[in-house]
Amino acid sequence: MSRQKRGWIAIAIVVAAGLVLSFAVQERYHHRILTLVFAWATMGLAWNIISGYAGQISFGHQAFFGIGAYTTLLLIIKAGLTPWIGMLVGAAVAVGAAVLIGLPTFRLAGIYFALATLAYPLIFRIVMEFLGYQEVAIPMERERAALFMQFTEPRAYDLLALALLAATLALSHAIETSRLGYWLHALKENEAAAEAMGVDSFRMKMVAYMLSAAPAALVGAVYAHAILFVVTPDAVFGVLVTVQTLTVSLVGGVGSMWGPVIGAALMIPISETLDATLGDRLPGIQGVVYGLALVAIILFAPEGLYWRVRNAIQARRTPALRSARPIPSAPVETIGAAPPPTGAVLMEVRDVSKAFIGLQALSGVTFDVREGEILGIIGPNGAGKTTLFNVLNGFLVPERGQVRFRGETTTGLRPSGVCRRGVGRTFQVVRTFPHMTVLDNVMVGAFVRDRAEVPARARALAALELVGLSDRADAVPAGLTTLELRLMELARCMATAPRLVLLDEPLAGLSGDGIEVMTSMIRRLRAGGTTVVIIEHTMQALVRLADRLVVLDQGRPIAEGAPGNVTRNPAVIEAYLGKKWLRAATAPGT
Amino acid sequence: MIVADLVQYVVTGLLLGGVYALMSIGLALIFGVMRVVNFAQGDFMMLGMYLTYWLAIGYGVDPLLGALLTIPPFFVLGLLVHRVLLVHVTGHGDPQREMDAQLILTLGLSLVITNAVTMILSPEPRGIKTAYATQAFAVGPILVNQARSYAFALALLLAVLVYVFLTRTDLGKALRAAADDPEAAGYQAIDVRTMHAVAFGIGIALVAAAGGLLATYHPIEPTVGVNFIVLMFVAVVLGGLGSIPGAFIGGIVIGLVQSLTLLVLPFQLQNVGVFVAFLLVLYLRPQGLFGQRLRTV
Repeated sequence: MSRQKRGWIAIAIVVAAGLVLSFAVQERYHHRILTLVFAWATMGLAWNIISGYAGQISFGHQAFFGIGAYTTLLLIIKAGLTPWIGMLVGAAVAVGAAVLIGLPTFRLAGIYFALATLAYPLIFRIVMEFLGYQEVAIPMERERAALFMQFTEPRAYDLLALALLAATLALSHAIETSRLGYWLHALKENEAAAEAMGVDSFRMKMVAYMLSAAPAALVGAVYAHAILFVVTPDAVFGVLVTVQTLTVSLVGGVGSMWGPVIGAALMIPISETLDATLGDRLPGIQGVVYGLALVAIILFAPEGLYWRVRNAIQARRTPALRSARPIPSAPVETIGAAPPPTGAVLMEVRDVSKAFIGLQALSGVTFDVREGEILGIIGPNGAGKTTLFNVLNGFLVPERGQVRFRGETTTGLRPSGVCRRGVGRTFQVVRTFPHMTVLDNVMVGAFVRDRAEVPARARALAALELVGLSDRADAVPAGLTTLELRLMELARCMATAPRLVLLDEPLAGLSGDGIEVMTSMIRRLRAGGTTVVIIEHTMQALVRLADRLVVLDQGRPIAEGAPGNVTRNPAVIEAYLGKKWLRAATAPGT
Repeated sequence: MIVADLVQYVVTGLLLGGVYALMSIGLALIFGVMRVVNFAQGDFMMLGMYLTYWLAIGYGVDPLLGALLTIPPFFVLGLLVHRVLLVHVTGHGDPQREMDAQLILTLGLSLVITNAVTMILSPEPRGIKTAYATQAFAVGPILVNQARSYAFALALLLAVLVYVFLTRTDLGKALRAAADDPEAAGYQAIDVRTMHAVAFGIGIALVAAAGGLLATYHPIEPTVGVNFIVLMFVAVVLGGLGSIPGAFIGGIVIGLVQSLTLLVLPFQLQNVGVFVAFLLVLYLRPQGLFGQRLRTV
């Protein structure tokens, strides 16, 4: 059964269990707990979309919760609008707010993002108080109670919250099994690598933020009707809203749709029961319980209960570690003379200059890459080779000069944009998505060409087949050898269907056999029609592999041409070995 | 007359800012050395206020002296909290994940402290009555509240002492070395874990002392920390995360912004000015007013 199908069945089971509970429970107080469990599970799921899937920890998600509650209520009071429509308006307002907040805030990374999100609900709270909405009571509607979400039967609120939970679970499952889910996971694990594989990280975060704002606003509206009756800024924008959201999500486990559900099912009944029995004598007991839960989960199971249990089950299922396996067999191939580079110019690099503080990393770099060739870029350490790649694939914008790919200027594009146009790259130190399987790593690249999961998986499997790594598809990167890691990164890059690949020291750290496998692999890529640009600082390997070499020294191109000619170039010898050796090499009779 | 008003607001802001500066220095020291954003900092400040209150009510200790007396016990408390909790989430692995874990851990700690104090001591606000709290120095038309002036002077003194400690003493230099490059500091036989503990102890002691000074003119209640932790974050980000002089100036700026906001916005919106300033700084200069931009690529 596919993962997709299993997920839908599991959601159906959870919703059915919720229904059974709702009809089994008789007391009003128990219905209240049930409603709270469903509501906070939904709120946790909403938070999980931006902070779990996308990894952008937000401490201000109650901003959307409050917007939902206040918008719905004010529409009832000012316009007589039914909350059934009002809550949708609230969700729309929240999505709009997410865009306004996200546009500036996603420019910030990590801790700065988390701190900035603190400020928004505080501002909303102060403004609401200032506007005179300290206490907004829901006006009683006896005549048209159902139309105004006012039920005497407490079960109605359970079902309403359960419906929201079901919808948010469905949304979460759809995200987890779609391109968006893979891409969010990738950018959470390694944003730079994701960008280089065609993931527009800013846009993906925005989409995730908007998707997480809507359910939060809907829960806010329902919570106001089911639990609060009188909405205060503190009740909907206050710290306790975020604390409950964080607690149910973290205790259950972040980054899976089951985490918040498990966390809510566990934490909410505990804290409600304690509050009901001890709350009068010990005000604040709920806060202590949530606080202790947060501390305990970080100290003892920081990944959360869901992952803890899942990992334990998986470890039991696959107890034996794999034994040593042979190096992927080198593809059979004619090792003859490389075809001469007769293709048209694919990439033009013109007068590219880039400076960092106190260092001119590149100055006036100009060369062409021709269709179908293997071009080597060599130079001693610090010559600016990786900086050049960072300019070519869009990580850096040069101060001067430009890069054109197939006639189109690519300088100023994001790396994801450059990747989409057909430029793939690998990194000097392999950048994996460490918590994704090898297949999932490669699928991140494949999604650039295939929107849907099934064809993307087929494309990724083909790329793994190409590099001879099919048997490692289900492994995680941590279990791979250096050669396998480099091959995986190459497969991920090839899955983006590039016309041109930039390989940053693909031979670094490989044994003699590994170098053989990798070099024949590179030849094979070229034979398949892919143009290759390689950085190396060891000349030996490249001289055998490349059709042409460009030599960089201190950011400047000092030689270009066939390997044989370049290695005899005096300027190159001087750059590599120093003046003394140059004299020795050119002196007559030595 | 308008000039006199303006000067009055500036003076009030400066006096407020001095105490903010002291509490922010504590947070900045902890972040600078440990890379930990301590959510519970405001709660240690609140505990400092209660200790000062208890000394004043129970033993007749003047709160200005009481504020200084909070320093030794809170230093020890800081060492303990580091040993029992924070040591488990610092220096083990992936910095991003670790930072998330620290934020959550200290958030949990903050909740426990706030609510435990509410449970044990009741949510009722309390206050320390001193003769100088209601007195003011008159400098021409400008009125300067005495309690705030004394608090400001002591805050300044403590800040200077911290600065001298960090720049002139061996332990201070070792702390800065551990902050700049933990690995290299380790090679120099500096025990980074001990440095973390010391930084946390000093950071907590400073914020508790600041709380004691604040208690001379601010009501004391269990939830008081929440309002101030955000101000501290703002001050520390303003000054460049982890920079001690930056945090000091950040604290002063927050005091001024809070006070001057009253010129253009009604009293209830006082903190909106602070948050807007915070967001502006984050967007325009996320490295802070004085911090250096880190290169990531």
